[in-house]
Amino acid sequence: MAISPKKTPMREQDPKERIKNFNEVPLGYTEEEAKLEAQRCLQCKKPPCVKGCPVEIDIPGFISKIREGNFKEAIRILKDKNSLPAICGRVCPQEDQCEKECVLGKKYEPVGIGRLERFAADWEAEQGLMELPKIEKKTGKKVAVVGSGPAGLTCASELAKMGHEVVIFEALHKPGGVLVYGIPEFRLPKKIVEREVNYVKALGVKIICNFVVGKTKTVDELLTEFDAVFIGTGAGLPWFMNIPGENYTGIYSANEYLIRVNLMKAYLFPEYDTPIVRGKNVAVIGGGNVAMDAARTALRLGAEKSMIIYRRSKAEMPARIEEIERAEEEGVIFHFLTLPVRYHADENGRVKAMECIRMELGEPDHTGRRKPIPIPNSNFIIPVDTVVVAIGQSPNPLIPQTTKGIEVGKHGNIIVDEKTGKTTKKGVFAGGDIATGAATVILAMGAGKVAAKAIDEYLKTGNW
Amino acid sequence: MAKILKKEILAPNIKKFVVLVPEVAKKALPGQFVILRVCEEGERIPLTIADFDRQEGTITIVFQEVGKTTFHLGMLNEGDEILDFVGPLGKPSAIEKFGTVCCIGGGVGTPEIYPVARALKEVGNYIISIIGARSKDLVIMEKEMKAVSDELYVTTDDGSYGMKGLVTDALKKLLQENKKIDRVIAVGPVIMMKAVSELTKDYNIKTIVSLNAMMLDGTGMCGICRVEIGGETKFACVDGPEFDGHLVNYDLLMARLRTYLEEEKISLKLFKEKMGLS
Repeated sequence: MAISPKKTPMREQDPKERIKNFNEVPLGYTEEEAKLEAQRCLQCKKPPCVKGCPVEIDIPGFISKIREGNFKEAIRILKDKNSLPAICGRVCPQEDQCEKECVLGKKYEPVGIGRLERFAADWEAEQGLMELPKIEKKTGKKVAVVGSGPAGLTCASELAKMGHEVVIFEALHKPGGVLVYGIPEFRLPKKIVEREVNYVKALGVKIICNFVVGKTKTVDELLTEFDAVFIGTGAGLPWFMNIPGENYTGIYSANEYLIRVNLMKAYLFPEYDTPIVRGKNVAVIGGGNVAMDAARTALRLGAEKSMIIYRRSKAEMPARIEEIERAEEEGVIFHFLTLPVRYHADENGRVKAMECIRMELGEPDHTGRRKPIPIPNSNFIIPVDTVVVAIGQSPNPLIPQTTKGIEVGKHGNIIVDEKTGKTTKKGVFAGGDIATGAATVILAMGAGKVAAKAIDEYLKTGNW
Repeated sequence: MAKILKKEILAPNIKKFVVLVPEVAKKALPGQFVILRVCEEGERIPLTIADFDRQEGTITIVFQEVGKTTFHLGMLNEGDEILDFVGPLGKPSAIEKFGTVCCIGGGVGTPEIYPVARALKEVGNYIISIIGARSKDLVIMEKEMKAVSDELYVTTDDGSYGMKGLVTDALKKLLQENKKIDRVIAVGPVIMMKAVSELTKDYNIKTIVSLNAMMLDGTGMCGICRVEIGGETKFACVDGPEFDGHLVNYDLLMARLRTYLEEEKISLKLFKEKMGLS
């Protein structure tokens, strides 16, 4: 049978319909569709896709099992390397990782590895199955994991499998970190996160919520009770532009806007108590995935106009192409080469307009992207009633500030040895956005995994 | 979960809970706050720590029932659990020997200033306290404040108890009498803290206020609590809640506190209907 040049399409909600709800957009493969897509895999002897995966999943292995219809074995192979496949299948940037390396991709579209991963994980959930891997004999060692986002959950589950006793400390009232407060329901349903968290708990990991390490207890205090500490507290400090009027009401950080909607379920107000401004003219500043999430959320909250304001052009946008396309399909309006310079408010201090300046692209900067330069006297006004500032965030300073002996870089990131996740403090490891600055879910998971290996080594040998 | 060990009604719609949270109590310091949530659909609200007992492992909170969450909280009883209770958050008050410190509490600001006044007294400051309320039945914590103060003045808006007038009237009187005051700490409604700061500015007295901005996570993640201090944006949750009263942009704080006024009314109305409250 000739190989289809294109991925087996995945059904999804129609853009006109989906902007009226928060349900997931892509609907997943049926068993037949999954088998069909699995047949496109060339089953390379030396599979380059595996090298493209930060957690080194045996990709041809699990795909061959899907092809055979042995879905149970497929999920077992996935979970051997990845405790959170339902999440990775949805939010990993596969186009830059496994699928980028896919041999088939040289000629045709690569194999839909992410879609197949999602299928296998969802299949297991639908069967009501949750098979646990082999858990090693208890070692008697205790590890504290700070933060229950992708880095923390991964590190904790790996350590639990190795037989260590693990306690996760989470500052918010629900575990999951960015998976719960950041990524919207329509991209990652919260019941999937809950299920993956339950899997981590089933491995024996204890999760304590409402516990702010650095406040309720310091890392140094944890070290008196635990043999090692892993810090995975993420990039929680939102950036603002520091332009006039930025504190008017109606101007949100992306973190606040998304926490309200995702964690606090403000889209269900008044059934849920936390409110949100349901703007008619919403401007989201920034060009990353978080900006796309915010702009698409605004549409679902009833915005007549949801705009992305980005200072460079489309080619320089850091968001995944898939996310940009979905935003476009849903009617998000893109203002490129545009930079806000000040806000105007009504007599109640509510934002009513955004003054912008037009930009042009100059020479490439240190990131390799062409640098935006303001065009003098090109100021113009965009009427807005809600603004979401999504220009990035830095690592949360709470732990570095309250822990002796942890060195940080100039952006506030905890300095770690990349191969081990070791910080400059004995017994303390770190990984994910707190070490790298804002990055992706899968990179954080990769870092959690690397650190788990090094922690195991440290607990066995005592060598630092 | 945080178990309510003791519930006391201090005044109409003002309630006091002693809550069992040993890990929070162990670390709590004057001036810090907690964030709590009452039910699964509930919002997260910050409340300043009104007292703590490390031995007993308890934190005391005092709150006025004004919105849905505080009304719901007020309906809980001894033995009930508060669903989520996290802290201690924020920077603690500066406790050192300043000389004579005037501690001003307005409304439910009084229980919030109480542990600060006590700590300042313990390190040897001369404490002049002024506590204010709208009327006699709303005057709270007078006995406790008296125990930690060298001088105590009570004001009521309607004159039904103590001096008739506002806390600022009492403060102004002290200043006009050339009372030597080295530092003022004021906790209460924004408008009160603004008025106190305007008054003390003329007398060049360092003034500290505790800002009651809205909060979500309380750990610096969301930025809803941003306030302007001397023209610079700060986060009340991690940079505060206490700031130099002479540098605060109070009008901005008041505007931001009004963001969800309409929604708050809707929430409260629905809750009262559901609970059969008038």
